[in-house]
Amino acid sequence: MMSKFPTYKEVPIAGNIYDPGKLVYKTGDWRTFKPVIDHEKCIKCYICWLYCPEPSIDRTKDGGVEINYEQCKGCGICAAECPVKCIEMVKG
Amino acid sequence: MVAIKDLPVEELYLPGHRLCPGCGPSIAIRMMMKAAEKNTIVTTATGCMEVGTTLYPYTSWLVPWVHTAFENTAATASGIEAAYKAMGRRSSEQRKINIIALGGDGGTFDIGIQALSGALERGHDFLYLCYDNEAYMNTGIQRSGATPHGASTTTSWGGKKIPGKPEWKKDLIGISIAHGIEFAATASIAYWNDFITKVKKALDVNGPAVIHILAPCPRGWRYEDKDTLKIARLATQTRYFPIYEFNNGKYTLNIKVPNPLPVEEFLKAQGRFKHLFKPEYSNEIQEIQEFVNKNWDRLEKLTTL
Repeated sequence: MMSKFPTYKEVPIAGNIYDPGKLVYKTGDWRTFKPVIDHEKCIKCYICWLYCPEPSIDRTKDGGVEINYEQCKGCGICAAECPVKCIEMVKG
Repeated sequence: MVAIKDLPVEELYLPGHRLCPGCGPSIAIRMMMKAAEKNTIVTTATGCMEVGTTLYPYTSWLVPWVHTAFENTAATASGIEAAYKAMGRRSSEQRKINIIALGGDGGTFDIGIQALSGALERGHDFLYLCYDNEAYMNTGIQRSGATPHGASTTTSWGGKKIPGKPEWKKDLIGISIAHGIEFAATASIAYWNDFITKVKKALDVNGPAVIHILAPCPRGWRYEDKDTLKIARLATQTRYFPIYEFNNGKYTLNIKVPNPLPVEEFLKAQGRFKHLFKPEYSNEIQEIQEFVNKNWDRLEKLTTL
């Protein structure tokens, strides 16, 4: 089991990370309630996208927004700040 | 002024950090990276942002990032700036880079103020951003120089003997302006447009600049995660945290509050002030209101200079 880890000779000096973004820790299992967007009502103002502290709300190619459930911690800021209230917090 | 649609879609601050759900400072840092964009070097003092975003081998930063001890963020930023200047003299390629020093309120108001004062005096070209969550949240909500009067923390419990912290909050921007710098400002995460504009302005300044941003902490201020921005908005709407800037000798109140709410609205939304609503501390709220009014009047006078 231990041999999987790099030895001290293989670890970069001072713990430098040369490829940031390659390893992303999944925080999605922290949440109790998850936000669900009603895309019919969404006006694409991107307020939720800007105010997400993770960020776990992605901008899609067609101009909308999409929640990344692998990262979302379920804080509910997006649902509270949405000006048209199209985000609902549901259990799960 | 910036439009939300013009902000870069590319993220330089990645998810996967271990900050609490609903973290206010995290929102501030993300907006800062949206304003600063790619050519940026960030150095962070010990604090929530540092321990939460960089657990080896994970990192949330896609820009060069340097960890420093609690007290010397501004000194590290000075070193980066001086080294970059020296390297620039030896090479033909000249590039404008942004250097940002990031500190919490403990790392700025208490521990890091000596290094900050030195760096401001020497006039290095960098931005110092202080995210203010009004206590040492990372180590378990101890009082700091930025904790407001009356707030209950684990080292200033609001109970029978004292009504929370007895002292008042330090004026960081006042101290910074006294160094004779060109740009200093306060900001709040609830007013993203104002904040992003200020970061862009501060980075354009040729010399040091200081921004003090109020970033509520759900854990330490004791409110529900989803209310982070509501609380930040209340802080400004009650004139408790005025948003102003000092630019080249001129003061401007960026968010004018013509009809302020009573400061009680801001206090009662948070658990850390709940002891103030007991009958024995009924005069405390009045005292805080007077302090807020006096501070606002002082700023209004300064804007007319």
